[in-house]
Amino acid sequence: MVSKRRSSSVSKHAPASKAHTHKPGVISDDSFNDLLKPVYKGKQLTDEINTAEDKWNLLPAFLKVKGLVKQHLDSFNYFVDVDLKKVLKANEKVLSDVDPEFYVKYLDIRVGYKSTSKTKDLILPPHECRLRDLTYSAPIYVDVEYTRGRKIILQKDLEIGRMPIMLRSNKCILDGASEARMASLDECPLDPGGYFIVNGTEKVILVQEQLSKNRIIVEADEKKGIVQASVTSSTHERKSKTYVVTKNDKIYLKHNSISEEVPIVLVLKAAGIISDLEIMQLVCGDDAAYQDLFVVNFEECAKLGIHTQQQALEYLGAKVKTMRRAKLSILQEGVEAIATTIIAHLTVNDLDFKEKALYMAMMTRRVIMAMHNPKMVDDRDYVGNKRLELAGQLMALLFEDLFKKFNTDFKANIDKILRKPNRASEFDPLLSINIHSNNITSGLNRAISTGNWSLKRFKMERAGVTHVLSRLSYISALGMMTRISSQFEKSRKVSGPRALQPSQFGMLCTSDTPEGEACGLVKNLALMTHITTDDEEDPIKKLCYLIGVENISIIDSASLHSSFGVYLNGTIIGTTRFPSKFVSSFRNLRRTGKVSEFISIYTNLHQKAVHIATDGGRICRPLIIVENGISKVKAHHLLRLKQGKFQFDDFLKQGLVEYLDVNEENDCFIALYEKDLSKHITHLEIEPFTVLGAVAGLIPYPHHNQSPRNTYQCAMGKQAIGAIAYNQFQRIDTLLYLMVYPQQPMVKTKTIELIDYDKLPAGQNATVAVMSYSGYDIEDALVLNKSSIDRGFGRCQVLRKNTTVLKRYPNHTKDIVAGMRVDSEGEPIFQHQSLGPDGLGEVGTRVESGQVYINKCVPANATESILQQGSTGHRETPVFYKAPEPSYIDQVMMSVSDSDQALIKVLLRQTRRPELGDKFSSRHGQKGVCGIIVQQEDLPFNDDGVCPDIIMNPHGFPSRMTVGKMIELISGKAGVLNGSLEYGTCFGGSKLEDMSKILVDKGFNYSGKDMLYSGITGECLQAYIFFGPIYYQKLKHMVLDKMHARARGPRAVLTRQPTEGRSRDGGLRLGEMERDCVIAYGASQLLLERLMISSDAFDVDICDKCGLMGYNGWCTTCKSGEHVVKMTIPYAAKLLFQELLSMNIAPKLKLGDVFN
Amino acid sequence: MVDNIVRIKHDRVENTVSTDYPGFHNDNEDYSWDLTKFKSKFDIKISYISERVANFDLINIDTSVSNAFRRIMLSEVPSVAAEQVYIFNNTSVIQDEVLAHRIGLIPLKVDPDLLNWIDNSVDEKDKFTDGNTVVLTLDVSCSKNPNASKNSTDPNELYKNSNIYAKDLKFEPQGNQLEKFKSPVVAADPNILIAKLRPGQEISLRVHCILGIGADHAKFSPVSTASYRLLPTIEITEKIKGEDAKYFQKLFSTGVIGINEQSEAFVKDSRRDTVSREVLRHERFNGKVKLGRKRDHFIFNVESSGAMPPEEIFFKSVRILRNKAEYLRNCPIGR
Repeated sequence: MVSKRRSSSVSKHAPASKAHTHKPGVISDDSFNDLLKPVYKGKQLTDEINTAEDKWNLLPAFLKVKGLVKQHLDSFNYFVDVDLKKVLKANEKVLSDVDPEFYVKYLDIRVGYKSTSKTKDLILPPHECRLRDLTYSAPIYVDVEYTRGRKIILQKDLEIGRMPIMLRSNKCILDGASEARMASLDECPLDPGGYFIVNGTEKVILVQEQLSKNRIIVEADEKKGIVQASVTSSTHERKSKTYVVTKNDKIYLKHNSISEEVPIVLVLKAAGIISDLEIMQLVCGDDAAYQDLFVVNFEECAKLGIHTQQQALEYLGAKVKTMRRAKLSILQEGVEAIATTIIAHLTVNDLDFKEKALYMAMMTRRVIMAMHNPKMVDDRDYVGNKRLELAGQLMALLFEDLFKKFNTDFKANIDKILRKPNRASEFDPLLSINIHSNNITSGLNRAISTGNWSLKRFKMERAGVTHVLSRLSYISALGMMTRISSQFEKSRKVSGPRALQPSQFGMLCTSDTPEGEACGLVKNLALMTHITTDDEEDPIKKLCYLIGVENISIIDSASLHSSFGVYLNGTIIGTTRFPSKFVSSFRNLRRTGKVSEFISIYTNLHQKAVHIATDGGRICRPLIIVENGISKVKAHHLLRLKQGKFQFDDFLKQGLVEYLDVNEENDCFIALYEKDLSKHITHLEIEPFTVLGAVAGLIPYPHHNQSPRNTYQCAMGKQAIGAIAYNQFQRIDTLLYLMVYPQQPMVKTKTIELIDYDKLPAGQNATVAVMSYSGYDIEDALVLNKSSIDRGFGRCQVLRKNTTVLKRYPNHTKDIVAGMRVDSEGEPIFQHQSLGPDGLGEVGTRVESGQVYINKCVPANATESILQQGSTGHRETPVFYKAPEPSYIDQVMMSVSDSDQALIKVLLRQTRRPELGDKFSSRHGQKGVCGIIVQQEDLPFNDDGVCPDIIMNPHGFPSRMTVGKMIELISGKAGVLNGSLEYGTCFGGSKLEDMSKILVDKGFNYSGKDMLYSGITGECLQAYIFFGPIYYQKLKHMVLDKMHARARGPRAVLTRQPTEGRSRDGGLRLGEMERDCVIAYGASQLLLERLMISSDAFDVDICDKCGLMGYNGWCTTCKSGEHVVKMTIPYAAKLLFQELLSMNIAPKLKLGDVFN
Repeated sequence: MVDNIVRIKHDRVENTVSTDYPGFHNDNEDYSWDLTKFKSKFDIKISYISERVANFDLINIDTSVSNAFRRIMLSEVPSVAAEQVYIFNNTSVIQDEVLAHRIGLIPLKVDPDLLNWIDNSVDEKDKFTDGNTVVLTLDVSCSKNPNASKNSTDPNELYKNSNIYAKDLKFEPQGNQLEKFKSPVVAADPNILIAKLRPGQEISLRVHCILGIGADHAKFSPVSTASYRLLPTIEITEKIKGEDAKYFQKLFSTGVIGINEQSEAFVKDSRRDTVSREVLRHERFNGKVKLGRKRDHFIFNVESSGAMPPEEIFFKSVRILRNKAEYLRNCPIGR
């Protein structure tokens, strides 16, 4: 191990001369090319291929194809390329009520390019949209066919609106752009994309987690003795939920639009299964136990006297709640209920209810099974029962809603015109189409910018779907793209949905979840995952019949349960007597690429079922296929991968690697390591560290830490100040934190390299001494070395944006920017010192509190028209700088926004050196504030004269158990001495033993503990000190942003008490508990001073006679000033008295003498 | 008799504090300060000296004194560094504050004795004079290199002045500084990268360099590091022979342990040892070897940052310490 590393570290410096060739047609992505270079991160082509270790190279290959946020991009691409066309197809015709001859038919829809040109339309580059507060969007074109008079006309490339474009999707101009091209567009090549830019803000549509649609979920309530099977049917038109429930051990069907529960036998009869025997066969098969449980249900139906389908349908029809305008007969209602309402996702053709009857019978069977054996219920929290909803699906829902509205408006407009009896010219409907073109654009924009998804069709009103992309650090942006939010209510106190599910293994990160209320509900994707998009069902169905599935429509009900049912997306399509043979032949077809690799198939022995899933939103991940105990990925495959001759897709095509979703994983035996392979193993893990996500992947040696510490680090890694993107200096964000000298960590992980954290790091390698020093290090406080700070340790910049719009008013006046004012000597006045002649702050000048950096003036008269107004003057409304510390003007941008108003953005910069109270953290959830800054000569030093940058108190270790941090120190120290970067990859990384060996070889103690000399006395310290580099992050919480004090200041209008909070220069509250202390102590004068005099003292005139308040020495109640007394009370008390008066309660004050 | 060996144990360090002062020991020896006695015992051995680095031993001196030298070298020996940076134009990507900070940290080759201290009581405008300030300027603008080959991607070839180094800081002599300084003021290390430029970008600034001490800011510290270590001692208490001796030899830094003709291990040069304490981990040498360090033998290592030769820095530290003592003696409390 050690010798190998050495040899490679030497060759690292040799220039990589071998040019590497790309496959034609493959998108070149420069950042990933590095990963495939002959010499990369200390590995080179000539190194021997070891399948057990080098199979991890599949991971960079996977990420090269899939990218870090591929789930978002895939989903959006599917939406614009496929789903959009489906939506159009579903709403393709606009007809007129007036003219039966008239029609408009949509033929095709495209986003971003016209039918005539093969290339994409030129749209404004994303960075310009960010700067100018615009929306990054592309036009939506449709091809229409319509009638004009008697003619049928084909119109192509009609723009109906603009679609916000997801960055780096295939409609984005950044798609496939080289690094140089990205740079010329002011875009960071490392930026993952996957978000939208709407009105200049970056918006992410978070992945939403939901219970899977169109699947049966069986649940039991043991207390109430209820078993229920439910299915949420979701179609383009509606969403509904159908239940099959037990009530007093009898089974009923329940649905929202059926007023009461209907006996299941009756429903089955209504669905055309009239024979009791057939019902029994369909539900129970020949299982006597099931039959016993079910037989009671026939009785109820017989009691109701229902024997025929007609009777059943009429019974059902009477129970249906309808809101239809046209009245139907009861029978028709019943037919309608079975055909469309119940289990709505199954479509009924020609009133053939067989499929639906079977579905209901299967639901009933599942209920019976759960009644018979309570363990046969489903787990709601099982990841296999969840589906993830992504940006594309949400956009599709929204677009369809808007498109429908667009069409109804269009139709109304056409009808209006067609209704006119004699038109002057021939009617051209396209003239009225453009009027509404804004609806789609603004509807999409509004939904994304506010996050309110309101869909009329489903009566859905969902808020908080989108979030502003957090650009605090590269990691926070990346973490946001992999985040999954659950629809589950945060307030409910159930632990189930929050708990870590074993089925999350490899799919969702085990560490990355927030603390507190959203704990366990907000999750993150693991590193090597893929979220499926919808696939066509019909070809799969046909394929199943071809490879030996007996079609369900021709099976007799008696033999239905004797063999395995084959279910396609939850619906039974047939049976097979040889499930394992069927499954393996299906898998073979998938491995050879005959069907999509994302279709999963698995057997469920308990249900005697083979399930095939083609729906979207399933999480899946690639695994190496193992046959006969031998991994199919061989050394020569990996060699070709390294040489760049192989892509990840080649591994898929050759059947070496396949995707498994959670359900199929359950059906497989997956070995973690190659050494674990044996006969019955079916798959091999590509790399165990992929159980963690991108954010948790930053932690070195996480497998040595106590698990909550890793979770804490996941939260803190997002707050670390560092480099944000290559275009960070081009950005004008509301708030931007940057580190002046970020360093890549000494102890890296493979994940760090994969997500390019080493290129955009957030932290510095500090030399840490773990010892007690000075007493200013208690409670996790850190001691910092002043010289290190002088030399740039922890130095950061804070950039803050200020936006001003110069408005235009209807009376043709507009806001202006005035120049600076000068004093008698011609020098600018203090307030205008940083201004230039144009009235804007000059770049590079310093602005202090009270100074102006945009000298804006608004017209004195903005309402009256110019003709009648007298004054044409302007009033100064300058933008002041108010902060305790001065800033420098970094950038000033002037542009024009969407609404043709001048837009001014000023970016202010502060450079900060660490100070007392600034927060720092290592990568192990160990945060602390700076407690004292010490001169270098006072700090301990070792034999080489090395002083620590940070001293950390050793009490931080025993209870936190962050052993990973200790190993990071040793590995880091070994790396420093050896001139190499060491790895702390999860379940791998540099071995502690090797690291100790290096330390000893370089003349240090194996344990990482050095003998130090005290800097103050110069003597040796009596204990050996754990001493070495640890990667430290500076967190965004800095005292400068928090410090606050006030003597006098603003007061609230209503109560006249001091305002609250730092932002309003508020007072510091003497709260209830503090008050209690003062009372207990007996300091009544202090109490009076704090609670009244220093707060809201108010002089009132009180009439001693009537006890009410008067004013100006006059009592308005008594009409005299005789008994009026002046006294001081809190204004809040006065307010209370007056409020009580206003509701007819007269509080009267009885005054007594103080000296009685 | 005082034991002046710091004992290095596997888990702790013992006998770290010197006790040779009157009243600590009950023996009849005289531990009071005696200059002649000190003179007779004290010794300096210089083992290596160069323009930048000096390595020398102070032998038989108390920890407090040698530590004072170390501390003074780090933070109280004055040196010259940039203090004020007046930026006329900076269109590079690097921000003004960061640029100023970087320039401040560049060690300059100026003899600090040639400058006076800044008088902070004087008005800002008259504060800087030719007697106390060195002025440097930096005027660089980057342009395209017309002779660059077409498909070159190397910025050094494509552009002129794309990298700004410390050597680009130009000395602007004020008054009689040219005669006084003899040689122009330059950066001690000419190839420190200050900033990178691209065509059209320009940096134009003026730097005022003044005298300061390391305690105020690390840029005024004349040393990269100045520190000492104690002389290691190795005492073999039981004979180690044959294979064991060879193994024993490997547990120390090279050249520390020798093996004689009887294939016995002996201490050849304990000064070279890094005291990795590796030997204490091995059971078979348990009780056979004692590690220690001589408490009054300091091996100093002074690395100058370039303004002065290291020995001068040391001499200055001695002078400063003497001035401090002088000052204390003149204080009312000292009399």
